[in-house]
Amino acid sequence: MDGMTLLTARLPLLEVDWETLLTVNLPTLLFVVIGVPLVLVAYIVGFDVLVRRLPKRSQPSVRPWVWVAPAIAFVGLILVYPMIGTIVRSFFDRHGDTFVGLGNFVGLLTNQGILIVLRNNLLWLLLYPGLVLLFGLLLAVLSDRVRYEKPVKSLIFMPMAISFVAMAIIWQFMYYYRPPDVAQTGTLNAILVNIFHGQPQTWVQDSRFNNFALILIGVWGGTGFAMVILSAALKGIPAELLEAARVDGANERTIFRRIILPLMMPTIVVVGTTMVIFALKAFDVVYVMTAGNYNTDILARRMYSELYNAGNYANASALAVILLLAVVPVLIFNLRQFRAVEARR
Amino acid sequence: MTRLSRVFALMTIAILALAACGTTQGTGGKLGGTVHVLGTWSGAEKDSFDAVMKPFTDQTGVKISFEATRDIDAILQTKVAAGNPPDVTAAPGIGTLIKLVRAGKVVSLDDKLDTSQLNANYGADWINLGKVDGKLVTLYAWASLKGLVWYDPKAFQAKGYQVPKTWDELMTLQNTIKSGGGKPWCVALESQAASGWPGSDWVKEIVLSQSGATVYDNWWQGKQKWTSTEIKQAWTTWGQILGSGDSNVYGGKQYMIATTFGDGGQGLFSSPPKCYMFNQGSFITSFFDGYTPKPTAGTDYAVFPLPDVSTANAGAHVVAGDAFVMTKDTPQGRAMLKYLATAQAQDIWVKRGGGKIAINKQVSLSDYPDAISKSLAQVVVDTKIARYDAGDLMPSDMRNAYWSAVLKFVQDQTKLNTILADLDKTQTTAYASP
Repeated sequence: MDGMTLLTARLPLLEVDWETLLTVNLPTLLFVVIGVPLVLVAYIVGFDVLVRRLPKRSQPSVRPWVWVAPAIAFVGLILVYPMIGTIVRSFFDRHGDTFVGLGNFVGLLTNQGILIVLRNNLLWLLLYPGLVLLFGLLLAVLSDRVRYEKPVKSLIFMPMAISFVAMAIIWQFMYYYRPPDVAQTGTLNAILVNIFHGQPQTWVQDSRFNNFALILIGVWGGTGFAMVILSAALKGIPAELLEAARVDGANERTIFRRIILPLMMPTIVVVGTTMVIFALKAFDVVYVMTAGNYNTDILARRMYSELYNAGNYANASALAVILLLAVVPVLIFNLRQFRAVEARR
Repeated sequence: MTRLSRVFALMTIAILALAACGTTQGTGGKLGGTVHVLGTWSGAEKDSFDAVMKPFTDQTGVKISFEATRDIDAILQTKVAAGNPPDVTAAPGIGTLIKLVRAGKVVSLDDKLDTSQLNANYGADWINLGKVDGKLVTLYAWASLKGLVWYDPKAFQAKGYQVPKTWDELMTLQNTIKSGGGKPWCVALESQAASGWPGSDWVKEIVLSQSGATVYDNWWQGKQKWTSTEIKQAWTTWGQILGSGDSNVYGGKQYMIATTFGDGGQGLFSSPPKCYMFNQGSFITSFFDGYTPKPTAGTDYAVFPLPDVSTANAGAHVVAGDAFVMTKDTPQGRAMLKYLATAQAQDIWVKRGGGKIAINKQVSLSDYPDAISKSLAQVVVDTKIARYDAGDLMPSDMRNAYWSAVLKFVQDQTKLNTILADLDKTQTTAYASP
């Protein structure tokens, strides 16, 4: 404790409440850090003793189950069980005691506002993965050919380290609006007014382009991720193959279209489907920037407001089920592709 | 194998023993310990809270661990549902709290506070505001006054404008300003997830002053339709303030919806003024303090209460304040609430400015830092009909729909009938308790 006091005294900026931090959390921390692995080791060792008592023939088929059982139990408890609970809830009314069949879904889907929500989700679904892949691929291929590849890629990857909420805050400065009679301080409007002599626009509030403005924030954050993975796939293409094509007289464009793209396709599909799942999960940007106003609402945010503002578990569950239904096929496809890519290695 | 399992057993015991050691210890006769407080303040407001709590920590040794969130409804409900509520919650509205009170998740204060002292120091209105179903559950430590019109007295003087005493005079002043080529109003509605609330203030102030307390109470309780004559009339009256196509407001609808509420007053202080009047609660002065150059209270800005829309309800004002509740019964939490009700605590709050007005009657008018806050305290004393912010009393989905409706209304006032019909739809579901 004295060492800590000394440390905080030397670093007045670091005003950490060591007393609370250490006395309250240290035993818990130790318990988790040492106790949890200990329990797991004891579990494996203990069950192995039991498995060894079984007849020799059945041992190999039982042992794997012993190893995966904890994982299955955890996934079952914190993923499958709540999921089933959510599905069940979506068929009951908001008090959770009367079965209403598909009533919640019908109620939601016949609501006027939901059409705009679904349209926005579709926009996210098409534009977000599309633009992320386009920019990611472009940057991966182009940066592969320059000497300063590493700094460029580091810079573009950097937004990945920022949370969506922080990104939204940063982009508020990009989209900031001030009336035409005063100087513009938002980057986008400053460019628009000073270089193109246009009128400043309310990028976030104007329904003509606010959805695109919001999706662009996500694209800015996701491009780095796509670029890094696609770049790795690009580097996995044997140089001899490209060399042979060049010797045969193919130009760079043909090489890209006929050799690079087909070889990268499995990776592109995996990245693309991952982005589709991200697009369906999108929440933070819309929540922070508009709270779903001005026709920018999306399913995940609507679910949040049904749950926390309206306290309507029935509608929130139904929306969760709709999202689940949309995600599952993509998820299965994604896993299959991923396995195919792995198998080819 | 047996030796190995013995080692495991010993290690497990050692860890359990270690875990048992970690308990907090008292500090020499004082109460000690920590109060976990959930609230919404940041920046200057958080600094004020810290200043108010410092003597308390010095006296009792109780530390304040403060967690701030702008989405207090969601965070509080999640914490309560998870069985991990904060000790004390300071919420700007009691819509969510009412749900929690009825679910038995809020500690009743009737036997926790010194009620006789509270009765002596607090006006009956303020104690009643803290009651839900007859039980005292919330304590207000300060008030803030809504429906205040801020203006630059120099700008008024230069043009020969007079502070309006009646609603008609206000309407005349609007037209005079317009015919002089100026814009009467600045309105700023952006507030992230809560965007639209400053406009909802306008409407509720008009409802209270135009149609009286009964309509107002029925309205926030969900017994008065949004499409009813009284509520619709309040919206159209606000529409007269905004002018058709928002022509009375600087920057029009674009500026209104894109400008953060705290920046809304900046138009008053530019030269020539972008607008002449700005309606916002008394807390806005703490935002004025952040403007460059910093305007001075009294010389650069002054204030008058929004005139009575109907003389039948003269002296009606919408008030607000953070509601303190105990979401977990701890000795430290009780001590904190007792302290907050004292004149000592509220004195610090009002002296730091920020438009906060003490509720404890022992705080004297001379403690207010400037003429403006003194005059606001006087308005509170003179208030004949005081009602708490209706939006903050509504269930949170009703309130959110109300805020969104404001944004839709300023974008196209002709859609009022559809907007109100949609609000009626929300009203039918929002008040059904889950």
